[in-house]
Amino acid sequence: MTRAFARNTTHPLRAGLALVFCAAFVTPAICAAAAPPATTVDIKKFAYAPKEITVAPGTKITWTNRDETPHTVTSTDKSFASKGLDTDDKFEHTFASEGNFSYACTLHPFMTGIVHVRKQ
Amino acid sequence: MSANDHDPSGPRHNPARRQALSCLAAWTGSAVVWTVAGGVPRALGATGEGPPAAAAKNALTFVQISDTHIGFHKEANPDVVGSLRRAIADIHGLPQTPAFVVHTGDVSHLSKPEEFAQARDLLKEIRVDRVHTIPGEHDTIDEGVTGYLKFFDHDGKGKSWYSFDQGGVHFIGLNNVLNFKMGTLAALGDEQIGWLKGDLASVSHSMPIVVLGHIPLWTVWEPWGWGTADSAQAMALLRPFGSVTVLNGHIHQVLQKVEGNIALHTARSLAYPLPTPGQAGIGEPGPVKVPAGELGKLLGTRQLSIVPGHHDLALIDKPLDA
Repeated sequence: MTRAFARNTTHPLRAGLALVFCAAFVTPAICAAAAPPATTVDIKKFAYAPKEITVAPGTKITWTNRDETPHTVTSTDKSFASKGLDTDDKFEHTFASEGNFSYACTLHPFMTGIVHVRKQ
Repeated sequence: MSANDHDPSGPRHNPARRQALSCLAAWTGSAVVWTVAGGVPRALGATGEGPPAAAAKNALTFVQISDTHIGFHKEANPDVVGSLRRAIADIHGLPQTPAFVVHTGDVSHLSKPEEFAQARDLLKEIRVDRVHTIPGEHDTIDEGVTGYLKFFDHDGKGKSWYSFDQGGVHFIGLNNVLNFKMGTLAALGDEQIGWLKGDLASVSHSMPIVVLGHIPLWTVWEPWGWGTADSAQAMALLRPFGSVTVLNGHIHQVLQKVEGNIALHTARSLAYPLPTPGQAGIGEPGPVKVPAGELGKLLGTRQLSIVPGHHDLALIDKPLDA
């Protein structure tokens, strides 16, 4: 498992465009070789969107705070934790192994989300 | 600001009632004097017609400020430092110099050391003996309360809760922004509840108590986290006392609740307004943007006076712009 805290280091469109390109024009096998699977979660209106997400092992998830209020992405089992994310700040985490990973915002603990990591 | 009708030396004619009625009719945007007698707050009068009456000479007077969010610089208030400095000027303009100032949390916006340092320097500009602070959730973001305590350790004991006596009043500062379980409200936690029980054990039940806590110690609006998970335990410990006043921040607006002898008050912010609890059409407790010229009416300070021997506690909530 890797941990990374990125502050405005990746353009939000880049990962999304790569996925669209892969889905439209390239076979999945080549796609996997070109870039590891990646997906995004937005933090907006004091909620994680989507709140629940299922990904394959090795997937990198990037959370982006779209609110004017700071939030965090902090796992219940302490396996990942962002710093305080101000507006447009990002947090990345790659989920290497299978499992269910619940997380919350330490400023607003009523904000919760969960990542299911399963072989697909 | 003692209640005239409780003071035998005061004037028999009491204009407060008429003023109270007028202020209740249109109280938004002007300072309101509250007195708490026997736990029941009563509006005494608006101060829009002039400066508030001077507090009794033997009163303990102090000021509450809250939610300065030093480091915030977005559209809802691009100049939080300026707002704090306006509040400081208001405090310096009070007819009676307050004994001290209390800051009920969210001193900083992002818990950054440079924000804490700037806030500490700004609070030093207030010409009072001391500014007592408690942490808000914005002060405990990355490393719990550790970063905050490097700048605002009240007693040098490495704890974010404390108590002190001044002017015949027992003051208690609490930390109710941590100790949460996922999906729940933040809490005081067992260690702090245990400390509170021990602290109150040596306090006379007739001694007025003022409690400082960032998040309201009653459940204002649970879907937005506007409450404290274990506040009922704290209230149970405070219930035997004759006069308890709880001062909260966090929700950036003035609300009151009375439970027996316990009066709870939230305060305005000095940074930006928030929606009313569960306000329709908004959906989340984020900063509210208002037209230029309106912001100062929604930010403000609170002056409090306690007269020895009375259970009356007078509060004046004063916006930056009346």
